[in-house]
Amino acid sequence: MYSEKVMDHFQNPRNVGEIENASGVGTVGNAKCGDIMRMYLDIDDNGVIQDCKFKTFGCGAAVATSSMATELVKGKTIQEALEVTNKAVMEALDGLPPIKVHCSLLAEEAIHAALWDYAEKNGIKIEGLSKPKSDISEEEDDEEY
Amino acid sequence: MSKMIYLDNAATTKTAPEVVEAMLPYFTEYYGNPSSLYGFASHNKDAISKARRQIADTIGAKDKEIYFTAGGSASDNWALKATAELLGETKGKHIITSRIEHHAIMHTCDYLAKKGFEITYIDVDENGVIKMDELKAAIRPDTILISVMFANNEIGTIQPIKQIGALAHENGILFHTDAVQAYCHVPINVDEYNIDMMSASGHKFYGSKGIGFLYIRTGVKIRSFVHGGAQERKRRAGTENVPCIIGMAKAAEIAHAHMAEWNEKEIAMRDHMIDRVLAEIPYSRLNGGRTNRLPNNVNFSFQFVEGESMLIMLDMKGICASSGSACASGSLDPSHVLLGIGLPHEIAHGSVRLTLSDETTMDDIDYTVDALKEIVAQLRSMSPLYEDFVKKQKK
Repeated sequence: MYSEKVMDHFQNPRNVGEIENASGVGTVGNAKCGDIMRMYLDIDDNGVIQDCKFKTFGCGAAVATSSMATELVKGKTIQEALEVTNKAVMEALDGLPPIKVHCSLLAEEAIHAALWDYAEKNGIKIEGLSKPKSDISEEEDDEEY
Repeated sequence: MSKMIYLDNAATTKTAPEVVEAMLPYFTEYYGNPSSLYGFASHNKDAISKARRQIADTIGAKDKEIYFTAGGSASDNWALKATAELLGETKGKHIITSRIEHHAIMHTCDYLAKKGFEITYIDVDENGVIKMDELKAAIRPDTILISVMFANNEIGTIQPIKQIGALAHENGILFHTDAVQAYCHVPINVDEYNIDMMSASGHKFYGSKGIGFLYIRTGVKIRSFVHGGAQERKRRAGTENVPCIIGMAKAAEIAHAHMAEWNEKEIAMRDHMIDRVLAEIPYSRLNGGRTNRLPNNVNFSFQFVEGESMLIMLDMKGICASSGSACASGSLDPSHVLLGIGLPHEIAHGSVRLTLSDETTMDDIDYTVDALKEIVAQLRSMSPLYEDFVKKQKK
């Protein structure tokens, strides 16, 4: 069902973890649908993403797209990171089964959400970035698991 | 992969070698059409009659009450649609079923609902047992059928079939049970359990795929579902699937000869697995009751992790299992059975079903529990839900 690249990124996910005092953190998805991605960005003074980590609750495709997305944005400028679309993530993984395409959307949204958080923290506006819709951190914070 | 541990016997079983052996002559030696006149073919007719009797004997039925079909779904479709056709114009259009039926029942009910039938879905309790008071209250003068599965395919819960059947009969309502997971795994007697129609499937008990049967009590006059030749007493046309019928009868014979022994062995392994997982993996739960479940069924939920990820990792360790997560089912919603017993979505997404066979060993179980421990820990270490949970604990 999955490409070799997807399986590789699922079995050996790159950049799993947290960044303490991250420049930006974004959480997207919904536990109800079975996918949650959290992306941590460490952005330097020149606006270059020095480090990127993730945590994901979800299926094989969700984990693999998160992993690939971190690889793709690392070392990029904010503007370059905005160009990492779900299509780019999917292509880098040699494709996803049709039913899993929504997982790659989540990866793109996670990057955007983390960048939005960074912009808000620094009181800046990032050209071409609008507030991500699916940030769950506020409404689901109090939910008991 | 060195060794495979197959723990998905509720999905399908390995056809037993004795079953294959019994089937083989019917491909190349006795290949005649049982409907043909010559002696060569009539051997097959006798073989089918014998198989029908063998199967009838296992459930206390008469030979002529066993109708061979293509499997569980075919039997379920026949029972429901033909009952609807038989009684829809005269008695009524109301059917009662449970919230946790197999898709073969659920989607047939959806289809009948589109055709003007009214379906009442009875809720189950936290262990998946149907709520008898709700069932009782749902009965109406125009109720034509109650269909409740014998045992659930995901969580293994065994329903109070005897009581449901009695309730149906007190009210003059036909009672059908989908016994696909139960037949040949627990004892069934159609008279004792008040069953009017019962679906079964060969490949769930070491028979082959593509064969099953529908038990129809004498006097229940549902009509043919497949029109054509006069096979199956004119109620199910099509040349008999002779090798598979012979194989299924052989499988039923073996299963009934070993049922007590297999049950004892499977229950010991099942309970060992449940004990270890609940003791050794924190934030895990058993779905379905502790005792009132199929001897070979285990179903766990592990909080903060997702089912499909677990299945892939289990597969990498050579373990075949299944899950009720949305991703595993190919939809956005997790299993209706797990939601039916009241699990929140995120817990239902983290479920794993493991179903044993008579070939499973205690070593397999221990290996699987060890693997689960490792996998759950690994996936939790990368789960944002677990991260949040741990942070909340520290506060």
